[in-house]
Amino acid sequence: MTKDGYIPSIGLEVHVQLRTRTKMFCACRTDFGQPPNTLVCPVCLGYPGVLPVMNEQAIHLTVLTGLMIGARISEYSKFDRKSYFYPDMPKNYQISQYDQPLCEGGTVTIALDGERKEIRVVRIHLEEDVAKNMHFGTSSGIDFNRAGHPLMEIVTEPDIGSPAEAHEFLVTLKQMLAYAEVSDCNLEEGNIRCDVNCSVRPADQTALGCKAELKNLNTFKGVQAALEYEIDRQTELLSGGGTVRQETRHWDAEAGVTRSMRTKESAHDYRYFPEPDLMPVVLRRELVDGWRKTLPEMPRARRARFAREYGIPEYDAGVLAADKHVADYYERTVRCPANPKAVSNWLMTEMLRLLAEHDKDIRSIPLRPEALAELIKLLEDKTINMTTAKELFAELFNRGGMPGELVAARGLTQVSDTDALERMVMQALEQNPKSVADYRGGKKAALQFLVGQVMRLSKGKANPKVVAGLLTKKLDG
Amino acid sequence: MSRLSSLSVHELLDRLAAGTCTSVAIVEDLLSAIDQCDPTLGAYLSVEREQALADACAADAARADGGRGRLLGIPVGVKDLLNVRGQPCGCASRILEGYKAPYDATAIARLRAEGAVFVGRLNMDEFAMGSSTENSGYRPTRNPWNPACVPGGSSGGSAAAVAADACCIALGTDTGGSIRQPAGFCGCVGLKPTYGRVSRYGLTAFASSLDQIGPLSRDVRDAALLLRVIAGHDPRDSSSVNVPVPDYEAALEQSLDGVTLGLPEEYFVAGLNAEIRDAVQAAVNRCRELGAELVNVSLPHTPYAIATYYIIATAEASANLARYDGVRYGLRVKDAADPVEMYGKTRAAGFGDEVKRRIILGTYVLSSGYYDAYYLRAQKARTLIRRDFERAFGKCDAILTPVAPTAAYRLGEKTENPLDMYLSDAFTVPANLAGICGLAVPCGLTGDGLPIALQILGPAFGEPTILRVGHAYEQSTDWHAARPPAAAPENSDS
Repeated sequence: MTKDGYIPSIGLEVHVQLRTRTKMFCACRTDFGQPPNTLVCPVCLGYPGVLPVMNEQAIHLTVLTGLMIGARISEYSKFDRKSYFYPDMPKNYQISQYDQPLCEGGTVTIALDGERKEIRVVRIHLEEDVAKNMHFGTSSGIDFNRAGHPLMEIVTEPDIGSPAEAHEFLVTLKQMLAYAEVSDCNLEEGNIRCDVNCSVRPADQTALGCKAELKNLNTFKGVQAALEYEIDRQTELLSGGGTVRQETRHWDAEAGVTRSMRTKESAHDYRYFPEPDLMPVVLRRELVDGWRKTLPEMPRARRARFAREYGIPEYDAGVLAADKHVADYYERTVRCPANPKAVSNWLMTEMLRLLAEHDKDIRSIPLRPEALAELIKLLEDKTINMTTAKELFAELFNRGGMPGELVAARGLTQVSDTDALERMVMQALEQNPKSVADYRGGKKAALQFLVGQVMRLSKGKANPKVVAGLLTKKLDG
Repeated sequence: MSRLSSLSVHELLDRLAAGTCTSVAIVEDLLSAIDQCDPTLGAYLSVEREQALADACAADAARADGGRGRLLGIPVGVKDLLNVRGQPCGCASRILEGYKAPYDATAIARLRAEGAVFVGRLNMDEFAMGSSTENSGYRPTRNPWNPACVPGGSSGGSAAAVAADACCIALGTDTGGSIRQPAGFCGCVGLKPTYGRVSRYGLTAFASSLDQIGPLSRDVRDAALLLRVIAGHDPRDSSSVNVPVPDYEAALEQSLDGVTLGLPEEYFVAGLNAEIRDAVQAAVNRCRELGAELVNVSLPHTPYAIATYYIIATAEASANLARYDGVRYGLRVKDAADPVEMYGKTRAAGFGDEVKRRIILGTYVLSSGYYDAYYLRAQKARTLIRRDFERAFGKCDAILTPVAPTAAYRLGEKTENPLDMYLSDAFTVPANLAGICGLAVPCGLTGDGLPIALQILGPAFGEPTILRVGHAYEQSTDWHAARPPAAAPENSDS
């Protein structure tokens, strides 16, 4: 509910680029970032005489998405031609799905402020992406690399009640799609794009208000910001006695406003008709059931299982389960075997930090789960101390190898033998009379400083607990 | 001795195998025949002289080395809407002026793999829209039996060239009769395969659910030979069917004993031109003499075929031709303020009147508010027409009809009212709507010396049957040996 007592209703149309090797209707690759017009062929350029051929992987990924949200998978669906003229359209019709999409129904559950809400999905369909228009001062160019990419369109009912819910929906959807490896969901690469429908109505009205469609929303935060603006705009209009016009509005992120896109024509007539170059898609029950078995465990379920099965806190489980590959790595390490809480700590702190710093994917680092498990064991055995462990972790992260071998080769074993440490403890005490005096004067923190000095003298190999014990005995004794 | 360019393909293959002629000699003679009669006929839009001779030379060398392509060294003419890598593919339209195909159509690639030599681009109605080749963006083609008459269309160039001995065998396409009707008008053989029998990849689309590539040839055996090479499933064409390709030549040797031929009452209506009816009836009688049984059949939805065809074909064409916008290839009219204006000017300048007419008609029948009444309804009528044939083929093996209600008419005679032209397709469009196969073979001449043809329709993948009937009939008459007045002279030195 807005502050003026109006209820917003928001629906989303999300376009997701599917993670297939090749385009929807031809064998061109889908790699991002290639020089313009290098991933093209007569088919995706709409040359005379060419014909589309369906990409089975695209259909598979779309069906997986439908299964993930509990949608009904159509046993019979087809493609249709959607006609309109525009420079980014190689054929001036787009092959899409009109009245018989691949999936219908389904829900996406979002959690916001501890409350759960189900957002209903109307349909999911497949279509081909258009080319990219680029403008250079006095001329324009068209890059057809993107033309023909498989695009999955997910349409929701106007169940979303606030800009925050819309943002949460997109985050949840993205996580789900990344989990099932349906899409890279990389906003910078344009893998996921969103159009938004938004209306408001007075609290005592059941019928939805007149909606505006918002376009040019390029980030999830942008979606939220645009909706916040638009809801305010519509609320002000209505409460001032005006009416909201059904129109398309362009979001200007810099100015933070939506503007009406005044176009000359009224609604497009796309003249849909069944695509005669493609056969209908018939998905037998056995095939869909087989695909259902290939679905990975979903994030929410995985989080709950981590907490239950490994006895780790909910918070940890949440962090680990958020990214499928991190979660996979976690489980592989725990099964080496290794202490689940220890593994969790290392991943949540050192691992995620280094991954972010070096902009790496956990699947590509040389530090294998078996090596991490061994590192944790060496630490538990007190063979090495934490300082050494952290140094080794960083090295294994960059260069791989097994920690046990490195410890042996470099003599990194923690020194715990009191006789060996006695000498260094005496040295530290002699070299730091002020700290000794501080400690005896009541500053207990001076002990840590002295421990540090012994660590330095031992080149990091001393067992800090034993050192602290020895120092305390000497200082107190 | 007949000159090489007047022989059938199978006769040429025999001579090449025997070593009594070379491919270079065939192509040279063909080029000379083209020089002699094409100035009158205008069948060729372009001739690939140097390339054809070079390819012929290579074929001779390959043959000497033991090469065994089914059409090794045989020159083939190509209708201007089939993509042949490196050659123009203009579809006889100004909007594709200068466009050269960057790839081979699958049918072309298969011919190339068997050693065929591509000798030139043959004239047609622009984008295959027409029944007389008068809609070509460049010039009409003339009928070799009477140059004041049309050769039929849209594969008019292919039919005229083959009939005039200016082409040994040609590829055409058939969407509503565009192989069968010009073959009939020009006195040569024309075959429309079952929809899905031959790959459409590389065939510039007019109507996606109706188009098929097929041969125009001197006799039925040649048609069988060529079909064997181009037929077959193609993973690049999702509408091509995965059915094995039989040995079509083997089908030719059987007699007509045990064959039942159907005569549809709706095609032999009272108003049918008397000469046409007499010639077709005589052919029917000949088939019975050769051992076939005749039965009457009914195709009750025949009267709806023209309307059904012109709704579905134009609807699909309106989308298929949307890509010609001056952005990526072909003609671009540059004097425009924005892309939309550029599209309008380019298409206005590049498309001929009939093409524009059909695009507008097709756009209309798909438009909001009219889709149900026109396009959807036409698709339902189409199902009924297909079922008519299925039912009829339960009673007979093949159906015999005339190819067209008249013989070739004079240039300009039917261009006043487009509907006159549309109505003349009545006997050929049903086969495209039903997706079945059809063969046209010459069966007579009118009093004015213009060819009349018999149409033999077969069920889906029934090519062996219609080729068998066509061959048996053809071999029992001389019609296929008749030579038109404007054919290339019989001696190459004339």
